[in-house]
Amino acid sequence: MSTDADTFPADTVDAPVLRFAGVGMRYGRSPEVLKDISFALRPGSFHFLTGASGAGKSSLLKLIYMAEQASRGRVELFGRDINAIAPADRPFLRRRIGVVFQEFRLLEHLSAFDNCALPLRIAGGKPDHYRGDVAELLGWVGLKARMHARPATLSGGEKQRLAIARAVVGRPDILLADEPTGNVDQGHALRILRLFVELNRLGTTVLIATHDEDLVARSGQPVLHLEGGRLMQYGRSGSR
Amino acid sequence: MSDAAFDVQRWRPGPLLPRRDARDGALVFVVAVLCFLACLTALGSLAADRASRGWSSQLSDSATVVIQPRGAESPDAAAARAAEVLAGVKGVTEARALEKEKAEALLEPWLGREALLDDLPIPRLVAVELDPKGPASAESLDKALKAAGVQATVDDHSVWIADIKRAASMTRWFALGVCLLIITAAAAVIGFATRAGLAAHRDVIEVLHLSGAETGFVARLFQTRFATAAGLAGLFGAGTAAAIAALVRLAGGGQGLTPVLPLAWIDLLALLPAPLMAALTAAIAARLSAAAILREMG
Repeated sequence: MSTDADTFPADTVDAPVLRFAGVGMRYGRSPEVLKDISFALRPGSFHFLTGASGAGKSSLLKLIYMAEQASRGRVELFGRDINAIAPADRPFLRRRIGVVFQEFRLLEHLSAFDNCALPLRIAGGKPDHYRGDVAELLGWVGLKARMHARPATLSGGEKQRLAIARAVVGRPDILLADEPTGNVDQGHALRILRLFVELNRLGTTVLIATHDEDLVARSGQPVLHLEGGRLMQYGRSGSR
Repeated sequence: MSDAAFDVQRWRPGPLLPRRDARDGALVFVVAVLCFLACLTALGSLAADRASRGWSSQLSDSATVVIQPRGAESPDAAAARAAEVLAGVKGVTEARALEKEKAEALLEPWLGREALLDDLPIPRLVAVELDPKGPASAESLDKALKAAGVQATVDDHSVWIADIKRAASMTRWFALGVCLLIITAAAAVIGFATRAGLAAHRDVIEVLHLSGAETGFVARLFQTRFATAAGLAGLFGAGTAAAIAALVRLAGGGQGLTPVLPLAWIDLLALLPAPLMAALTAAIAARLSAAAILREMG
């Protein structure tokens, strides 16, 4: 495994926002898709998660947003062992995580505006308090003219931007994005990256799983690289 | 509404569950049919209960006295005297000597018309109506007859009453059992249908769950949705059953269907809880199913 000055071994970061220690994961009885993963992310850091298809990027993200459980090892989020968190407390932890799903997971019967406002609504916010923020954010991702549109009428790129807007609208402490620029053109990809960087400047820890080598190179942000379910590198994008 | 017409200031949050779903129609239909069947069975069991109580009451409120005339006294005179004596016994509301023709009519099915010869000693009968609140015992009737010098046998139907009461009790329990079985089956099917409806919305649940929705938040959404649907279906099923019962009551009158299964208008009140029970069952099933699905999701 190669590292550089920006590497964050699991046991060398004080109060990490996220820490993996010897984590393995398998689906059912199948072979492990993640093996011996150990790393830690500082609060407010920005990382890319790279690797070929099937390398385990999505699985690693699922462990963080608690859609799956590690079969071994320990995952800590905001200083708490995920496996030890009571089910009743998990929703409150999830509200601190913004997720851009690879398959978007938009609610088809709701408008773009409603989809974007969903996390704020679930958190118990009052519409009068957040409607302005939602409108502004949708304008920022280029969906100002599509606020009332149902997801079925949106293009792939528009859906992706809507999914991103929904993930960041609640100003999460950590943002996870699974191929967030997979369906958008270069211009929109850079705009989305700028949004993530902006959010990161406000203190959100960002972890983006992507195939987009160009985006990674342009950003100059550190990379976690997975190969065959193993973490092979963490460091600057140019250091591989 | 076109996108251009979208007014942010007037926006109100949309429903988190799709408004209409073809599966909801199936749920409403199944619940309505089951509620209808459960209500009909409930009415049937009420009617069976009333019928069985009626049979027992009719038999225990009467007695038959068989007169055996002695000496020169004619059978008719002996029967008339016995009726007079019995009418004065405490716990007797009416005692009536049956004419010879009535006694013959009772015997005819057993002996045939030809056997009823004029010189055949046909026993005279006295029909005694007892006070339901404090009926006279067979012993007190017998004692009064003996005191008046009338030789007679008192039959208080006790042999028949025991059998009838046993049969009536069995009918009542059977009807109640069937009713409970149908209600349980209805509740189970409502539960399964609700679970199936909920599973169909798993994608919505997953998004809400991963966005930080608490179990109670998700459960309430489905609880309200399915309880409303099941309540309306229950109302429809119970309403149809009530309409049929009312028709039976009106068409039956005193001679038609109602003497066999006597329905009273007040019985229809028993159907009132049906929609509520359907809604409650669906709400509980929805809550448990939502909680189970969320538990599976972690």
